[in-house]
Amino acid sequence: MTRAKLPPWLVLLMPAVIILAAVVLIPLLLSLYSSFTAYQLTRPETLYRWIGTFNYVKAASDPNFWWAFGRTVLLLTIALNTEMLLGLGLALMVSKVTRGQRALRTAMMFPMMFSPILVGFQFKFIFNDNVGLVNNALQSLGLTDVAIPWLVDGQLALFAIICAEIWTSTSVFAILILAGLFSIPQDPLEAAKVDGCTAWQSFRFVTLPFLMPFIYIAMAIRSLDVARAYDIVQIMTNGGPARRTELLWTLIGRTGYVDARMGYANAMGYISIFLAIGFTVYFFRKLTAARVSLGMGD
Amino acid sequence: MAQAATHRFRRRLLKALHFTGLFLAMSVICLPGLWIVLNSFRPTVEIMAKPPVWIPTELNLDHYRAMFGGIGQGGVPVLTYFQNSLIISVTSTVIALLVGMAGGYAFARYRFKGKATMFVALMASRAVPGVALSLPLFILYGRIGIIDTHFGMILVYVAMNVPFTIWLIDGFFRQVPKELAEAAEIDGCTRWQAFWRVEFPVARAGIASAGIFAFLTSWNEYALASQLTRSVNSKTMPVGLLDFTSQFTLNWGGMCALAVLMIIPALVLTFLVQKHLIAGLTFGGVKG
Repeated sequence: MTRAKLPPWLVLLMPAVIILAAVVLIPLLLSLYSSFTAYQLTRPETLYRWIGTFNYVKAASDPNFWWAFGRTVLLLTIALNTEMLLGLGLALMVSKVTRGQRALRTAMMFPMMFSPILVGFQFKFIFNDNVGLVNNALQSLGLTDVAIPWLVDGQLALFAIICAEIWTSTSVFAILILAGLFSIPQDPLEAAKVDGCTAWQSFRFVTLPFLMPFIYIAMAIRSLDVARAYDIVQIMTNGGPARRTELLWTLIGRTGYVDARMGYANAMGYISIFLAIGFTVYFFRKLTAARVSLGMGD
Repeated sequence: MAQAATHRFRRRLLKALHFTGLFLAMSVICLPGLWIVLNSFRPTVEIMAKPPVWIPTELNLDHYRAMFGGIGQGGVPVLTYFQNSLIISVTSTVIALLVGMAGGYAFARYRFKGKATMFVALMASRAVPGVALSLPLFILYGRIGIIDTHFGMILVYVAMNVPFTIWLIDGFFRQVPKELAEAAEIDGCTRWQAFWRVEFPVARAGIASAGIFAFLTSWNEYALASQLTRSVNSKTMPVGLLDFTSQFTLNWGGMCALAVLMIIPALVLTFLVQKHLIAGLTFGGVKG
């Protein structure tokens, strides 16, 4: 018997595939199975009670779930778009600086090394109604004399969370867009100037198209860990007050670990997984398209 | 003349606006972090003072002393957490790099059917939210009995880091011209030797930065660690931060001190590789 010789690329990819299968794929299959059962963590025998799509139907008819779902999508939309715009603005400003630009770039990376959980605590502290930086500053400046309950009021808490999220991730966009700005060839820009374009026109029709792949890279990278917002929310409000800042992820965590209803939590988990993967695939396809339009494809 | 004057005025205005905008943006970026550092040196009375004390009157190392001495509120075993974090992060980074190098090389140098699909599938596996993954892992680990062990955490972090490491390393290997390795092979090297003697040294800096990225991810991870660790056996620092909270109060000073301890290694490592990191992300993405 001759051993079939595997192609070298398969051998090289094998370790990665095996590890991902063991730690990601198999657990996900298990959770897919358990999402069709009445599994409760405290009662192991319930793992074998098949209840079909009951959990999914239950999730779909649960207003709390839909609120969390909608809020997650809203948070991601607001946060990502703001981050993109702020990052673009910041990158443009930094690229115009001639002296001390290296130092600025270094300072810009500052938020990237903060653990999301640390960001959570940091902003919980900053938005604390009693000793927080924001209220202290507002009161010292005489803008208000009441302690604004940033993390206790539902609307304000969501705002505070979005602030924290934007603070951490704007620099990812800014740095990648800055790298893009440096790689833009100068000829088309000069040609645009000669042809009498205004600054806005040359930005809109020359610079921006060149930047698009970089924006998509940043989006793709961000889409890989959007769920990091879980850490921030978990610490800042833990989904409260009265579920006003409940996101899909905190809802899943609470249902699974606190209420011990693993089957139900896994069903909701699956919905969030599809949301995340859909997001990632979308941006990777956009990235490929932008690349091809610039002639950088394979 | 008038036109030139207005032109000059507009230029100056733009410059002032540019400077102000940049200054504001940079303050927003830097202040929250500096505030944490400052508070780690201030006595608790001053942090809690009402009306606020803006200019610190007294700075001391009390919070650090309490943290390392394991005294004070509950006695948080910070050094053990630090050690756990270090062991788990370093080991998982080394393994993820080896696996990622093999995978990245395969993507950069070989053409095969379904390459694009495979790539997106790998990335998608990274996108699975930590909480959603932690539920089945919690059940599985409980059954196998590797909950609250270093091994269990290392395994998870390797899997978490491999896709991104492959992406970065793939980008770096693409920058090494294929001809270089081919020339070495013509000179009598095997492909294996050509890799270690020619391609690896050229891409080394990039691989190092991929490693640092992997290290930071495991160093900072919370969602999975909070469920899969239970005690001082394997608790990492992000989970340890929660030890400073009790039901109604928060030991802000102690927490700030631990935060500083967490940030310093991350800070040093990031600054070491920032140049390569940006290059890796953009090359990997644009030219991939």
